[in-house]
Amino acid sequence: MRSRLSPLRIVFGDHRANWRIGLVSAFLTVICLIWIYPFVWMISTSLKSNAEMFSNPGLIPQGWAVENYARAWTEAHMGSYFFNTLIVTVGSVVIVTTCTSMLGYVLGRYRFPGRNVIFFAFVATVFIPQGFTIIPVFELLSRLGLSSNLFGLTIATSGHAMVIFVVLFAGYFAQLPRELEEAARVDGVSFLRIFWYVMLPLARPMVVTVVIMQVLHAWNDFLLPLVVTLANPAIRTLSVGIYAFKGEQFIDWTGMAAAATISIVPIVVLFILLQRYFINGLAGAVKG
Amino acid sequence: MFETLHRYRYHYLMLLPGLILGGMFVFYPIFAACYYALHDWSGFNSDKVFVGFGNFVKLFSDPIFWDAFRRSLIFLLGTVPLQMTISLVLAVLLNNQLLKMSTWFRTMIFLPVVTPVAVIGIIWTFLLSPFNGPVNGLLLDLGIITRPVDFLGSTDTVMPSVIGVYVWKWLGITMIYWLAALQTVPDDVYDSAKLDRCRGAKLVWYIVLPIVLPFAVAITLISAVGALNVFPLIMSMTNGGPFFASEVMEIFIYRTAFATGDGSIPRLGYAAAAGVFFGFVVLSLTIGQAIATRRARAGAKEIRS
Repeated sequence: MRSRLSPLRIVFGDHRANWRIGLVSAFLTVICLIWIYPFVWMISTSLKSNAEMFSNPGLIPQGWAVENYARAWTEAHMGSYFFNTLIVTVGSVVIVTTCTSMLGYVLGRYRFPGRNVIFFAFVATVFIPQGFTIIPVFELLSRLGLSSNLFGLTIATSGHAMVIFVVLFAGYFAQLPRELEEAARVDGVSFLRIFWYVMLPLARPMVVTVVIMQVLHAWNDFLLPLVVTLANPAIRTLSVGIYAFKGEQFIDWTGMAAAATISIVPIVVLFILLQRYFINGLAGAVKG
Repeated sequence: MFETLHRYRYHYLMLLPGLILGGMFVFYPIFAACYYALHDWSGFNSDKVFVGFGNFVKLFSDPIFWDAFRRSLIFLLGTVPLQMTISLVLAVLLNNQLLKMSTWFRTMIFLPVVTPVAVIGIIWTFLLSPFNGPVNGLLLDLGIITRPVDFLGSTDTVMPSVIGVYVWKWLGITMIYWLAALQTVPDDVYDSAKLDRCRGAKLVWYIVLPIVLPFAVAITLISAVGALNVFPLIMSMTNGGPFFASEVMEIFIYRTAFATGDGSIPRLGYAAAAGVFFGFVVLSLTIGQAIATRRARAGAKEIRS
């Protein structure tokens, strides 16, 4: 039996385990190809002309209809929406990381009057749904005169997502060793400098996690930008822009596929480059 | 008092920016939403009339509200079990160390998670379209259907379709949670199972699953809370239609608060009441999670010791 040469043995070698692994791999390959089919279809459609779209259902486009991208970028304003999204994303990442790392540091490492109240308040609001707070947030922004500009959108985007990061930072800072901090204090380094030069660099993995999660959140956020940009379409983000595009020109499939591709490429590239951090950051949420 | 403030001045100083931000966009809105919920208010003018629990009374006798609430529950019950089981199966398969392409598979399954929801909504509207949509094309070619199905346009198929897309979108994240849980299973467990000639499905069912079960509680509740926040997906796929057939709680709140489209007056107070009620439902789920996780962990410790 063992010495007979079968096709399976040639492919998978001598072990039954390998044979099973091969089967599992084949199964998963099929699943994954079906899984990412929508993306493949989207990119393929974005490269077809509107006429070809209906005549050629296959995935390989006959030409390169790059004009779809030009149309989406200028006529559908995806270009300016792209930069709006970029501003909101970068701005909110800076604000969120600064605010939450400081909050988490102080709450995670020190006991002082009011600490428990503040910490509990943050923990208790982790899962408050956006639908609950959207109306007052919009009210507040209008009263401050920020309801239809990018700055208002940026700080509101930062504020909504910060809670979970405070909790994550507090947990991370709490388990760092005391010695470094104490050594620095003995050397006469000031409180703020210790945070900036000693503790924050130690917390780099968590900073990376928070940055990634906030990028993901800001790039994907929908309800808040939708409400804030109702009055001022010029500051729409990509998510809202593509939603509006669908409402305005429902027939232009290829243009919309191009717009969709434009809005997912940056985030997908970022994910593929930094996926280790994405995965570990998310996994930390369950293990903790 | 001043002494304490002075002593901890740097601590408070570092808290300040975050507290201002949180105060504006987390804590204030919670109280304000509760305050608006007690008023009859359109949101346009300053004519706020205090109505006490009037909004809630009206809400509880509003069939449209209960329909939306029921749909949110259906959505929850439709997505969470599917998401949990499929992702567990995939995680168990991917957790195999001999599987060389594991990272590739993980990346592909995770791809929808990082894609903006609005984009996903648009792509799937095309894919499921009865006019030249590829899903209908495939089903027609296979002879499963004879006429194109308007997945998102008919009241019977819209909820299952949205549930399917939701599971596709978020399965990757549940799978990552399961993988994290599976990684806590110590290697010697696998080694001793091997000695006892226990492997494959038997190994998973009798040995691995009981160990990761405590995590299941946390993962289920995270997924449940996620399944109640489906506004962007449904909004970009169906706007809550056709004929309100996919109007879940958050769409109901948005529609009553900002009244887009149908020309009626916005009712911010009424919408806020719905939001508050919805918030309490989610909050009680969260508290349930905290208690259940603690119990499950305590139970697991007892088994181990």
